[in-house]
Amino acid sequence: MKPPRFDYHAPRTIDEAVALLARYGGDAKPLAGGQSLVPLLNFRLARPAALIDLNRIPALAGIREVDGHVAFGAMTRQRAVEFSPVVARALPLLTEATRWVGHLPIRSRGTIGGSIAHADPSAEYPAVLTALDGIVIARGQKGERELTAAALFESYLTTTLAPDELLTEVRLPVMPAGAGWAFEEFARRHGDFALVGVAAALWRDGGRWTARLATAGAGPVPVRLRDAEAIIARDGVGEEAVAAAAARAAELVQPDGDLHASADYRRNLTRVLTGRALRKAVGRAK
Amino acid sequence: MTVRLKVNGMAREGRCPPRKLLVDFLREDLALTGTHVGCEHGICGACTILFNGEAARSCLLLAVQADGAELMTVEGLVRDGALHPLQEAFREHHGLQCGFCTPGMLLTALDLLRAHPEPTEDDIREGLSAVLCRCTGYHGIIKAVQAAAPRLR
Repeated sequence: MKPPRFDYHAPRTIDEAVALLARYGGDAKPLAGGQSLVPLLNFRLARPAALIDLNRIPALAGIREVDGHVAFGAMTRQRAVEFSPVVARALPLLTEATRWVGHLPIRSRGTIGGSIAHADPSAEYPAVLTALDGIVIARGQKGERELTAAALFESYLTTTLAPDELLTEVRLPVMPAGAGWAFEEFARRHGDFALVGVAAALWRDGGRWTARLATAGAGPVPVRLRDAEAIIARDGVGEEAVAAAAARAAELVQPDGDLHASADYRRNLTRVLTGRALRKAVGRAK
Repeated sequence: MTVRLKVNGMAREGRCPPRKLLVDFLREDLALTGTHVGCEHGICGACTILFNGEAARSCLLLAVQADGAELMTVEGLVRDGALHPLQEAFREHHGLQCGFCTPGMLLTALDLLRAHPEPTEDDIREGLSAVLCRCTGYHGIIKAVQAAAPRLR
């Protein structure tokens, strides 16, 4: 189990990386943290002509708070996210979600941009991006564009990024003061791929509640549970409303069955985890 | 390609093709065979080392990515011929059976105790779930890490 041969490039700037991607015309893979790509190489499930190693591009790393957003350079390690006081204050949902990502030695290398660009349906960060209405910035030879989660995620491991486009930044809006949050997930063992995960955030605006809910693992792309959010907005956060929102959540997903869990089981997990996440978020809301 | 790096405080150098995994470079080119090769896809944790001070899978890194890096492998735990306090604790608490997972366990535990100097048993269990023990000897390992925690503070 060793990687196949490939050309190796370690550019120092984003422009150089984009030019290299364009030169290989879709036959090159950007190497971020490598926690998903290198296993695929070792198994020879991926055989790119070239790897464009992004680890030596300083402009791609770092966490900045700007204009009501937190902007993450795509190469920001999950470990840096986990221990960031800025993230803990502004985006506690992301801090909690990060602890579900593999294990600490995986998070030492794994990156926020890599996780999102890889678009594994069971991954946590795509669900958080979806729940919080975040955007990603992609740079290609023709320039930059911004994409919402809905515009980015296409299917299993598939995004709408062009072959010469590099995901350079992830922007998440700061959660309102007093917001509650929870990331609930079920896997057979902690650190395994999620069978289903649910990201929840909610806050009160005057007398009305706003909820944000999205799934991981319950279909080919993260699912924003808008009809369940609407139940909370209409009926509040009492037990009856939470149970109704959770039941609705299960109707909004189209999970596939596989070796690990049937579609029905995943649908039921969506209900159970949505309920748990909402209850926990309500308990934390101020 | 030429790879220049620091391993266990010593400057080392080797030449290898870009596709060579860091764990193979350590074992074959630098003759540091303490780091074990297990699953080769990031699941078992036997190859865990410290990469610039943080635990990482050396089977998921290319050797060329370590150019300029500082690594610590299990060989670097011993100081002046004396076992590291974590190694002592593993010996006292029967923290190893066949020993295959031990290098990965030790470096994962060292990183865990640096990140969480006063871990609960749950923290230790969760942290060590990053490494698989094929003998299933987890109880002794957890006790060893609990015992080592105050010695490392």
